Amino acid sequence: MDLLGLYNYWIVILLMMMGFYVVIASGHLVKKLIGLNLFQASVFILYISMGTVEGGAAPILRSGVGVFSNPLPHVLILTAIVVGVATTALGLALVVRIKEAYGSAEEEDIHRQDDSL
Amino acid sequence: MIEVVTVILFGMLAVTAIAAIRLHDLFAVVMMFSIYSLLAAAVFVAMDAVDVAFTEAAVGVGISTVLMLATIGLVGRHEKRPAHRPGLPLAVVTLTGMVLVYGTLDMPRFGDPLAPIHQHVAPHYLQDSPVEIGIPNAVTGVLASYRGYDTLGELTVIFTAGIGVLALLGIRRRKRGES
Repeated sequence: MDLLGLYNYWIVILLMMMGFYVVIASGHLVKKLIGLNLFQASVFILYISMGTVEGGAAPILRSGVGVFSNPLPHVLILTAIVVGVATTALGLALVVRIKEAYGSAEEEDIHRQDDSL
Repeated sequence: MIEVVTVILFGMLAVTAIAAIRLHDLFAVVMMFSIYSLLAAAVFVAMDAVDVAFTEAAVGVGISTVLMLATIGLVGRHEKRPAHRPGLPLAVVTLTGMVLVYGTLDMPRFGDPLAPIHQHVAPHYLQDSPVEIGIPNAVTGVLASYRGYDTLGELTVIFTAGIGVLALLGIRRRKRGES
């Protein structure tokens, strides 16, 4: 069984889990969003590595090249990058709003204020 | 050769992510995220995804970083040290990672030209898009024509997010101006 061909996916999973760790272990909401973005960028790498073909060229069609990488994951990830920025902007706007309402962007301060109500 | 470049880039990505975990100054964390996105763009070039690479370099590195810097300018740049121990998050992350690794075991190997993903619509795109669409860049052809509705949906999402940001930040300012 040729497990060496899977190292890409494993490194990507390692990177994903680092982003996931930032999301669940840090208290500041902006840092959580950054962790979410790290996770997201790792998922992009996972998709692009699935579309790679051994010995293939970038999918710009020209004569003299026989093998191209798969363009479909590239298209999906192009869409995902732009959507990711839009959702990040929305999340950051929420953080700014929470900071104004609670006076803090730390998860624990927000919980404490909610409990004392 | 290209494998060596990819492995080095992956190593740098991992170091950047670890630095982002360990730092508590949010300005430095945002810079680490920016470097991470730029390295990811380099990985995309090494994996033949040039369109994705320059979109990531422009949007992921540029716009995301500016948005995050603007936010930490408003909410403050220092993170408090977390009071709880990192044991539980670490356990959750390790478990999730192991499940995901188990899930990759029956994936096609990296670069395998016979993988199912390369057998479905991709050959059609690669062979017929110069005739049907008339431009050499297959990614643009698929994005703007074969999957044009996807792009329309993407615009809907961006529009909705823009309305959301305006609703959260814009209207409140006007009220303060009136009072």
